[in-house]
This record gives sequence, C-alpha cells and structure tokens, in this order.
Amino acid sequence: MSIKHGLLALLRAEAKYGYQLRAEFEAATGSTWPLNIGQVYTTLTRLERDGLVEAATGDGGDGRSMYEITDAGRAELVSWFETPVTREARPRDELAIKLALALAVPGVDVAAVVQRQRMATMQSLQELTRLKRVSADGGISWLLVIESMIFAAEAEIRWLDHCEAMLSRQHKPKPGQQKAAQQIRSDRHQTDAGAKR
Amino acid sequence: MTTTILDIRNLTRVHGSGEQAVHALRGVDLSVGSGELVAVMGPSGSGKSTLLTCAGGLDQPSGGEVIVDGNDLTTLSRNAVAALRRRRIGYVFQDFNLIPALTAAENVSLPLELDGMRARAARKYAEAALGEVAIPELADRFPDDMSGGQRQRVAIARAIVGERRLLLADEPTGALDSDTGEAVLQLLRDRCDQHGIAGVLVTHDARHAAWADRVVYLRDGVLVGQSGPLPEADVLLETH
Ligand SMILES: Nc1ncnc2c1ncn2[C@@H]1O[C@H](COP(=O)(O)OP(=O)(O)OP(=O)(O)O)[C@@H](O)[C@H]1O
Ligand SMILES: [Mg+2]
Repeated sequence: MSIKHGLLALLRAEAKYGYQLRAEFEAATGSTWPLNIGQVYTTLTRLERDGLVEAATGDGGDGRSMYEITDAGRAELVSWFETPVTREARPRDELAIKLALALAVPGVDVAAVVQRQRMATMQSLQELTRLKRVSADGGISWLLVIESMIFAAEAEIRWLDHCEAMLSRQHKPKPGQQKAAQQIRSDRHQTDAGAKR
Repeated sequence: MTTTILDIRNLTRVHGSGEQAVHALRGVDLSVGSGELVAVMGPSGSGKSTLLTCAGGLDQPSGGEVIVDGNDLTTLSRNAVAALRRRRIGYVFQDFNLIPALTAAENVSLPLELDGMRARAARKYAEAALGEVAIPELADRFPDDMSGGQRQRVAIARAIVGERRLLLADEPTGALDSDTGEAVLQLLRDRCDQHGIAGVLVTHDARHAAWADRVVYLRDGVLVGQSGPLPEADVLLETH
C-alpha cells in the first residue's frame, strides 16, 4: 500500500486541499496510519509530476492549491484496486530476519528473544483489541483496518509458537550432551533432567 | 485502589511422587484485583488448568497460598472451601459441564439451591443471570436443545449467578467458532468491567487473550512472561 494510492482514492470524487486529504486519510484508517502534512504534499508533488493529479482552481488560504485526479490517475486507481497485494511487495520481515540471525550468531538466547517478542506482540494485540472495543460504533472502514492489524498480530504470535516448537525439537539433547542442554536456560525441564543424571 | 480478590503466593503442585512426580506448578505468584481480567497462556502441559483448579478450590496445592476474597483456601476445611466455591467462585469449563436433565434456569440456580436458597428465590437469581448473558428466553430449555454458544452462555450464567467475586474460565471458547468465542469474551469482559468481578481466563487463542487487562505466560509450571496491564484512564486518576 502506498500513500500515493490512498490519496488518489480520496480524490476520486472531487478536488481537495492537502490538509483535507490528510484528515480524510486518517479518518479512513482510524488514525492507525498518521500522516504528516509534509508527506501529503511531497506525494501530491510526485503524483503531479507523473500526471496522475493536477492543480485545480481554488486557494487553501495558505497559498496551496487544490488537487484533482486526472484520467491517468483514475486508470492507476482502478488497476490498484484490481491488483491483489503480493507478499513480496511488502517490506522484508525484520522479525524473521532477527530470529534467523539470532540462530546464526553464537551466544544469543533465541528462546528469550522469542519470549520477549511474544509478550511485546501480545501487548500490541491487547491495545488493538481495546481500540476495537472503544470504537465498536465507529466507521466500518476503520474497524476493518484494526481487524487487519489484529489478524496480523495474532498470526505473528502463532508463528512464534511454531518457531519455538521447532527450536525445542532441534535442541532435544541426546545422551551425553548435558552441557549443550544446560545452555538452553529457558528449558527448565531439560536442565533438571541434566542435573539429575 | 482496587481490592485484591485472588492472591496466589508461591503456589506449587506436584502430581504423584518419587520417580513419577510431575511438577505441574513450581512457585507461581499471581494476584488479580476486582474488575480485572487476566488471561493465562502457555503450551500444553504447562500447568494452566492446574493453576485454575487450585485457584477455584477444586484441587489441593502441594505448597503456597491461595487467598480468595480474604480466605486462604489451603487452611480452610473442605466444607468451608465448598461453601466459598458455591458463593464466591464461578467456574466455566471448556465442555460447559451442564446437567442435561436440568433446564437452563435449573442448571444456573443449582449452586444457590445447594447453598440452601429457596427454589423460588434461586429461580429469580437464575433468570437475572440468564438475562445478563442475553438468553433470558432460553430459561426453560434443556442443554441438548441449544447451540454450543448458547450452552456456554448458560455455563457463564451459572458461574456468575448470585454474588460471585471470582470467575475462573478454562478454555471457555475452545469448543466455539471464532465469532461466538469473541462474544463470550465480550461477556466475560463486561462482567469484570461492570460488576467488579475478578476474572482469570485460560486460552490458547491470542486473539481472545487480548481482551484481558493482563496476559501471563506459563511454561513448565513457571510464569515466564507478562504483558499489560494497559494504562486505564481511571487507574491514572487513582494516583492523584
Ligand atoms: N491428576 C494428574 N496426575 C498426574 N499428572 C497430572 C495430573 N493432572 C495434570 N497432570 C500433569 O500436570 C502437568 C500440567 O497439566 P495441566 O492440565 O495443568 O496443563 P495445561 O497447561 O492445562 O495443558 P493443556 O493446554 O493441554 O490443557 C502436565 O504435565 C500433566 O500431565
Ligand atoms: Mg488445560
């Protein structure tokens, strides 16, 4: 998703000022995606350069002009709505990379990294759920955005559970490997078993 | 200041002994205040159900204290624990645990009648509780003639009927679809918010746990993580 397409969508019906676009963008996404006015104007400038919007008549008082969508802009918008978002188009997943590196670099307590992340993600899931509760009678488009973030957070937690299960299978100590088992501090069962022997 | 309803201190529970001993809980501390909902998560076998049954007086701890509404369950007689359970503690199970031969209203009023309340008065309380879980029209229906979500509502009504202070729910949404589960969470949440009940919820579902004020994570009988509490407006006010 880009701010670019968001602004085009908001311009579809009528010409608008930059500050209007900012307010409407935030209203549509329930302020979950705050934009500053500078981002709005740089995006509009780029859109204008690419011929997707053009300055319309009217003056916002601050010397800024109104923008309206061009035919090319409309075509761009239609194709955006018609094209599914591909996973590859999203930014790389920093968490997956962090875990991969934690495994590759010696001396990192991977289980602790997973546990910390789990509680942090849980915390944001709680905050999102509270946001959903207090805005139960808010607009549907903003509830959709919150739900999307809730699903993403939930998926991340399930993925962390999965990683943890994979790691603990991988690290099950074979006889004579107590030392290795003791390094996995969080795995108390295994540490206890090692100590008993 | 909210009052502490459930105070668990250094709780241990060992099943069996010697070679076979299973350390289900190894020194758990948890306290839950009035109006607070706490979710317990953790892998299978980590001790979640054991924690809940000990908190509800259904299981005897091996060590530590379980204080409910000012009473230490570990020092009370069996009868006293049973009475406290009928009056102050509500328990919701994954499989609802309703008595098939009794109607919804009879299931809900059972703990009150067992506690010596007259049938007519108990029925009134039962109807109020069924109203609060939004199924007043099902009072005279039998559990077998209800959907899973409706049965779970009856089970919750039974757990909140009368003047309960502590609501314990072990995977109450486990047998329900996601939306029905969400509605059950909404219900538990409202009980805590509006009636000052302290709630403890065991769940595998992060989406459901997120309704809680606080989420604690159990692993191998030890609490290894906690998220929340969320800063609430009234909590901020209380500090002034
Ligand atoms: N009556 C019993 N006798 C022996 N061991 C028991 C008994 N009850 C529970 N345990 C053991 O205690 C440990 C904790 O069990 P518990 O039922 O509390 O786990 P749980 O976290 O609720 O798991 P799940 O998510 O699968 O419900 C497990 O290892 C279990 O096998
Ligand atoms: Mg269990």
